[in-house]
Amino acid sequence: MEFSGNLYHCLVPSSGAMRMSEQRKGSTQTVPPSEASSANREPSAKEQAWEKNTLQPTLEQSPERQAEFTTISGHPIRRLYTKADLPNWDPDRDLGFPGEPPYTRGIHSTMHRSRLWTMRQFAGFGTAEDTNQRFRYLLAQGQTGLSTAFDLPTLMGYDSDHPLSEGEVGKCGVAISSLADMEVLFDKIPLANVTTSMTINSPAAVIWAMYLAVAEKQGADWKKISGTLQNDILKEYIAQKEYIYPPEPSMRLVIDTFEFGVKNTPKFNTISISGYHIREAGSTAIQELAFTLRDGLEYVEWGMRRGLDVDQFVPQLSFFFNAHNDFFEEIAKYRAARRIWHKAMVERYKSKNPRAWALRFHTQTAGCSLTAQQPYNNVVRTAIQALAAVLGGTQSLHTNSLDEAWALPTEFAATIALRTQQIIAHETGVTNTVDPLGGSYFVETLTKEVERGAWEYIDRIDAMGGMVAAIERSYPQREIAEASYRYQVAVDKKEKIIVGVNDFVAEEKPLDVLQIDETVAHRQAARLKKLRADRSQAKVDRRLNALRTAAKGKDNLMPFLYDAVKSYATLGEICDALRDVFGTYEEVAIT
Amino acid sequence: MPEKKIRVLIAKPGLDGHDRGAKIIARALRDAGMEVVYTGLRQTPEMIASAAVQEDVDVIGLSILSGAHNTICPQLMKLLHEKGMNDVTVLVGGIIPEADIPALKQSGIAEIFLPGTSTQDIVDFIHKRVA
Repeated sequence: MEFSGNLYHCLVPSSGAMRMSEQRKGSTQTVPPSEASSANREPSAKEQAWEKNTLQPTLEQSPERQAEFTTISGHPIRRLYTKADLPNWDPDRDLGFPGEPPYTRGIHSTMHRSRLWTMRQFAGFGTAEDTNQRFRYLLAQGQTGLSTAFDLPTLMGYDSDHPLSEGEVGKCGVAISSLADMEVLFDKIPLANVTTSMTINSPAAVIWAMYLAVAEKQGADWKKISGTLQNDILKEYIAQKEYIYPPEPSMRLVIDTFEFGVKNTPKFNTISISGYHIREAGSTAIQELAFTLRDGLEYVEWGMRRGLDVDQFVPQLSFFFNAHNDFFEEIAKYRAARRIWHKAMVERYKSKNPRAWALRFHTQTAGCSLTAQQPYNNVVRTAIQALAAVLGGTQSLHTNSLDEAWALPTEFAATIALRTQQIIAHETGVTNTVDPLGGSYFVETLTKEVERGAWEYIDRIDAMGGMVAAIERSYPQREIAEASYRYQVAVDKKEKIIVGVNDFVAEEKPLDVLQIDETVAHRQAARLKKLRADRSQAKVDRRLNALRTAAKGKDNLMPFLYDAVKSYATLGEICDALRDVFGTYEEVAIT
Repeated sequence: MPEKKIRVLIAKPGLDGHDRGAKIIARALRDAGMEVVYTGLRQTPEMIASAAVQEDVDVIGLSILSGAHNTICPQLMKLLHEKGMNDVTVLVGGIIPEADIPALKQSGIAEIFLPGTSTQDIVDFIHKRVA
């Protein structure tokens, strides 16, 4: 149940960027870097002969459909790619072999021949009981990992009975206000065997403490359990805007989880550094890649400043990318991501551990590409996006449901989404060989161009003093808003076609959508009332006070959070204790 | 004498932070010659109603994607009524299931724009309504 289709959708669906608008020239906007490369082309004699003898007569007879072809991000694409586009390209250096630097072809030598990606469908709605049932249904259908969507009050650190939670409880995810809810959420799901991803950011450390408490109660060994905490606060300031505290203390909480994870849960991904939301907010593919990887470098640097060893904590960092409509641009993005991360780890941080060099990532198909019009077309969009993720070497994948421009998915729609992955995995044959597109003139050129575009952004953000500094001056926020508006203008002018929306429009019947039971909020409120009556308030107060005191100092807060959740202090109470010490963050709204 | 500009308040109520749509609309209406005030994130109905009075707007545009529209919209309409702002045009854009639309219109929402609406359609609607 996807945030993406639901929340990431906007008044108008949109998905990338366009040509530069005149007024913005000379501003900080990145110019697509590929013109430069085509200027240096030196076509072979045979290619020149082809142009003269075959191409020119054809163009004279029937000109091409458009003067210029671009990706959905506005990146220019040539008619034909040949050897001439890769003049200094060295396959041994730039492509390498799978499982070896620079990891262009994938991080494992056998890739999906040995193990398919994890089919991890994001789900969450209503109460913990409702979502527990959907989890067990998805596992029974052959899903291989869990992924939890939390509702907005949980994401913002409010209990279900807080006044600001009104109308939002259980709506775009599951309502979790305390360890008691978390126990129900994972009831009869063995955390020792099932890996779980949790999409939560500002209160991530608190929710993780609850998860670890459930694992302990089930008798699962912390050293062996695996899963992923999203925990990526930087992209919240940049794109998704679900932040509570200012950047400095927020980053401290993130680094606390890294430090705790290295010692206690070596197989758990303590962060999922996410480009997904950046893309959904309207960025281009290059912006998604650049801002996400620069966020990654920021986390590495804050971890090192804490005194953590790069070779120890970086293997626990994972990534999360979007899979949008432009098939080859997406594939190039994943390949470039691995190359950039490897280079940064080895050259910038002198890492000696290959496990820190290999960028592992989850992918979700683009929620913002789903249309409310002719919703069955979304099955096709999602399948093509998912195929790009697989060909790009993803480690896990969520496919969106067809009805998510209307509401959270029904079980029917969610099942088709899962089946889409199973068809790609078992019927299409694309998993039979590693990186089947490797060596394609086009894919290799585009990979190089996307990589170069991302490094330009990374250098610019380095020059600003890093990502926190860039965020404080709204730099990535502005770049994304520009790209998002350019794309919308292109869609409005029909320069970019969205089938069923600005072309090929048809009358249609309404879809049956999931209705969230309006009693969820009342049931949650009653449960919280009972929880507060049954627990030892003295113990709760003691542990919240200990947390407040620790927050004022420099200790790692994870043990204090763990003690607090075990006393059944609520999420809202714990987040409030930290609000007392850290304060809250408000952005400067830009339009 | 120049015509009085149409004044619009774009508001993002509720806890959701996905502001892509709100920002695009704010900019598109501004490009169409309207005066646009954007409230920023996480506005309660009280905050939105007060801002509407203070800014003396002709139109309020709400961007809601979280499913909280059935709670937020009636609350806002009631507050606007209490403040005597009966002639303000209230529009909603976002993820709104079709089944919820009649009740929202009943509560006084002038129009609901679903995903895929072109910005020009919204501009045209406002011009027609606030002419």
